Amino acid sequence: MSDKSASAYWAANIRLITICLVIWAVASFGLGILLRPLLSGIPVGGTDLGFWFAQQGSILTFLVLIFFYAARMNKIDREFGVDEQ
Amino acid sequence: MDQFTLNLIVVGLSFALYIGIAIWARAGSTSEFYAANRGVHPVLNGMATAADWMSAASFISMAGIIAFVGYDNSTYLMGWTGGYVLLALLLAPYLRKFGRFTVPDFIGDRFYSQTARIVAVIALLVISITYVIGQMAGAGVAFSRFLEVSSSTGLWIASAVVFCYAVLGGMKGITYTQVAQYCVLIIAYTIPAIFISLQLTGTFLPQIGLFSADNSGTPLLAHLDGLLTDLGFRAYTEHHSNTLDMVLFTLALMIGTAGLPHVIIRFFTVPKVSDARASAGWALVFIALLYTVAPAVGAMARYNITTQMWPEGVTGEAVSLETIQTDEQYNWMLNWQTTGLLGWEDKNGDGRIQYYNDASADMQAIAAERGWNGNELTNFNRDILVLANPEIAGLPGWVIALIAAGGLAAALSTAAGLLLAISSAVSHDLIKSVLNPGISEKGEMLAARISMAVAILIATLLGLNPPGFAAQVVAIAFGLAAASLFPTIMMGIFSKTMNSTGAVAGMLVGLIVEMVYIFTYVGWFFIPGTNMLPNTADNWLFGIQPASFGVVAAILNFIVAYVVLAMTKPAPAEIQDLVESIRVPRGAGVAQSH
Repeated sequence: MSDKSASAYWAANIRLITICLVIWAVASFGLGILLRPLLSGIPVGGTDLGFWFAQQGSILTFLVLIFFYAARMNKIDREFGVDEQ
Repeated sequence: MDQFTLNLIVVGLSFALYIGIAIWARAGSTSEFYAANRGVHPVLNGMATAADWMSAASFISMAGIIAFVGYDNSTYLMGWTGGYVLLALLLAPYLRKFGRFTVPDFIGDRFYSQTARIVAVIALLVISITYVIGQMAGAGVAFSRFLEVSSSTGLWIASAVVFCYAVLGGMKGITYTQVAQYCVLIIAYTIPAIFISLQLTGTFLPQIGLFSADNSGTPLLAHLDGLLTDLGFRAYTEHHSNTLDMVLFTLALMIGTAGLPHVIIRFFTVPKVSDARASAGWALVFIALLYTVAPAVGAMARYNITTQMWPEGVTGEAVSLETIQTDEQYNWMLNWQTTGLLGWEDKNGDGRIQYYNDASADMQAIAAERGWNGNELTNFNRDILVLANPEIAGLPGWVIALIAAGGLAAALSTAAGLLLAISSAVSHDLIKSVLNPGISEKGEMLAARISMAVAILIATLLGLNPPGFAAQVVAIAFGLAAASLFPTIMMGIFSKTMNSTGAVAGMLVGLIVEMVYIFTYVGWFFIPGTNMLPNTADNWLFGIQPASFGVVAAILNFIVAYVVLAMTKPAPAEIQDLVESIRVPRGAGVAQSH
């Protein structure tokens, strides 16, 4: 693998990681804690959406994120020809 | 058949199952011993990782911690699951490509330094022993109830069982045993939760039941909020704590997860790099099964306890002492009273037990009017809540026995994994790699056993008077992992030039700052009474509690490492090439020892 494609591969990986970590932070620290006051108008079963995100939604988001990252990385691996044979 | 016999049978059967599997799947060689999960289906591997990870803190302690505080302790739920995202994205695939067996191995080789290896071993020991203290506290509670002894006797029995288990069966670290333990613990956790959700809300799934209406037609959480505020407690769903601390605590648990040696170890040995990414996901699937049920367990238990203490509603009369003594529904109170972890006292001598928040000014006025003399449910150890939950809800005896077996499975599987990490750090990373490379196989095994025994003894002595409830102690271990190992491992992968001096300086600063902050509030080396400041929010720096401070220490770790790097030579070319190679999946061989 040439140096150029190595750095392009790494840049693609970092870009994907950044996107995933933004979603990770928004679902937990954002919707679950800091942005909860903004969501207080959306009722969910006796409380609000922020509470649901703190106790259920964030965990479900994490799950989706990991499998999304794994699938996208496998694709990027193949595109750059660095997947395991 | 009485409950005691039933407990013995169910717990005995679960132990027989683990021992049977351990004998059937005994590992033959060192490489099998470390890499027993190679060739195991990723789903089974995920279950085993989940069992390794979910300890007494998750199973026994967490729902109780949430139940008595409410929303503010959602931090445990987010923190102990969100770390898997960091593992999958930032660490697992690269550590797998690197292909060693232990965390000090990675740090020692990547930073081409025995000093770095030794500092990593020290950090690993401090983290793991703190973690084991929490496990012992939780396992002690489980044994005290199911053998009907005092909590300190329960703790000594627990330490004897953990020792035998770790030295004999658990040492083998066999994936299939952990799969069985996962099955026992998840069944034990969810069955009572489903029963209670059906009782209270008529909904099968506790995750949905938590947000459903109770039998009176009001949403369960709204009803609970009302009950609690009428008794002077804070509303369950509202935010009361310091927001900065809440964010930092969650983040500390997340990055701590990604820095835990016994969790990271599992990703070294999956068959492929792409599997390392997905296996973090599978582990989280099985962890999420418990973690999405836990908040329902907590809220519903708090609801049941409150309505039992006030059978006529909070405006009516409190439960009478006579009812507690005679009514079958209140048997759980008598059972747990014998452990010394639950207590009540009829302070005003009216023959009734008033449960309310006597620190609330409004309640003091009401109490004066109604002739109450302070809260009379005087002692309620948070760690008993999950274990007592089926009894509180009046569920059948076999469900009660099952939860004891589940709690022990959780505590034992994690304690065994931690002791394995401790003993391999001492015998492999410290003695064999640094102090005495010529040590015989026999001598190495002896050192491993001695270090395990010492670790259990320390943890048991400190577990008699733990610096908090099980989950809180474990959270402190995460603060330490966040401060020391996570930043160093991350820099080892994401910075090609980070050198040994920078890494060692960063690790030392992170670890020492976090330890000093923790010991200031909970006592030097966790010895009760040696703390220099009371462990309350007023005394914490900017309201940041000891575990949360791990994030601050982690930031210091990064800063110190980069400042030192700027003043010294970058890592040599061959190390930069090594980092280059661990970034691409192709060419990953099998994990190997030195």
